[in-house]
Amino acid sequence: MPHIDLPEGFPGISAALTYRPETAKPLRELAHVLLHQANSLTPAERELIATFVSSRNHCHFCQSSHGAAAACHLGDASIVEQVKTDFLLAPVSDKLKALLVIAGKVQQDGKLVTASDVEAARKLGATDLEIHDTVLIAAAFCMFNRYVDGLGTWQPRNRRCTRRWAGTWPRKATSSLRSNSRWSSRRVSLDAMPMSNQKGTSRGPSPLLKPGMIELHLRP
Amino acid sequence: MPHIALPPDLPGIRGAMAFRPETARPLNALVEVLLAGPSTLSRGERELIATYVSSRNCTHYCHSIHGAIAAAHLGGDEALVKQVKTDFTQAAISPKLKALLAIAGKVQQDGKLVTTADVQAARSLGATDLEIHDTVLIAAAFCMYNRYVDGLGTDQPDDEALYRERGRRIAGDGYVMVSEEYLASHTQAAAH
Repeated sequence: MPHIDLPEGFPGISAALTYRPETAKPLRELAHVLLHQANSLTPAERELIATFVSSRNHCHFCQSSHGAAAACHLGDASIVEQVKTDFLLAPVSDKLKALLVIAGKVQQDGKLVTASDVEAARKLGATDLEIHDTVLIAAAFCMFNRYVDGLGTWQPRNRRCTRRWAGTWPRKATSSLRSNSRWSSRRVSLDAMPMSNQKGTSRGPSPLLKPGMIELHLRP
Repeated sequence: MPHIALPPDLPGIRGAMAFRPETARPLNALVEVLLAGPSTLSRGERELIATYVSSRNCTHYCHSIHGAIAAAHLGGDEALVKQVKTDFTQAAISPKLKALLAIAGKVQQDGKLVTTADVQAARSLGATDLEIHDTVLIAAAFCMYNRYVDGLGTDQPDDEALYRERGRRIAGDGYVMVSEEYLASHTQAAAH
């Protein structure tokens, strides 16, 4: 049960955003710029950073929804699981690993980031802007996670529900800047979405990579 | 020394904001709504919540500047701000604000620590749902601002007078107006 009178039927942060549109606007804009706008880091890489930080903060809704978004971009849910459990062994670039080291320190305390952490990322090709965005994505998810958990929001444990929600999120993030559309109305278009990689196993091209889903992510 | 090439003349979050105006806009808009927008919590009370969380995160720039803004709203009472940082239960503030600070302190650690009893205690002292919402979001947001300022290794001056002067200006003009000034001057400098 949420701690305050949040609207029913909205999972996780969507209930809090609906409750207070004045703060929802800058929160959505921030997430949009960091995760969806053009960037030399791919959307998948940025979603992985968000997922990793949310996982370390043990925020179920955020790590599930952003993990599903990352899996959708990657076409492989097992990479997401590997990043959550031990990213050093994940099949991601060395540059992303160096950025995840920085993100993990920011998650604990920004003061833990050292000049050598930053140098290591730079040597592997990270730009100042990519380092900046990594720090801010990690910091922002320390906010989103606390917001979602601190209000006691409804965080469904049903994977399918979270996946559907993740598929609508990028589009919603943008469309909601213009209107307060209900997520439930978008859910319908994803009803035919098959389950895949339930056990985190990689089975070639994922059914998650349906053209409609990709369009949702890449063309908000 | 900052970890990346931030403009050298802008300390704390201002350097980070000038480095990336696209994210500065929503970051400033958020703090403006939370700390300076219409609310049944006074601006002094909201600044005290931001100061308290920043102090617990040991982010010098944020707890100094928001402490200075809080003092400016509280008739220059710097001793009260200091008392909230060191032990708010003994501070001369309302029991309602103390209950909200207890919630903010839990959010600073982990949102999951907030209990129904914490929220009930605040409510029985007169806190509304919106005040509880804003307390949670102010505390959560400063866990972001603090990490952003520390994580980039921004310059965080020690000079108290600097924060006092700037705190008065922000208390008067608000975040967005003051930030537009340095964001514009930096953009011009970058263009030349």
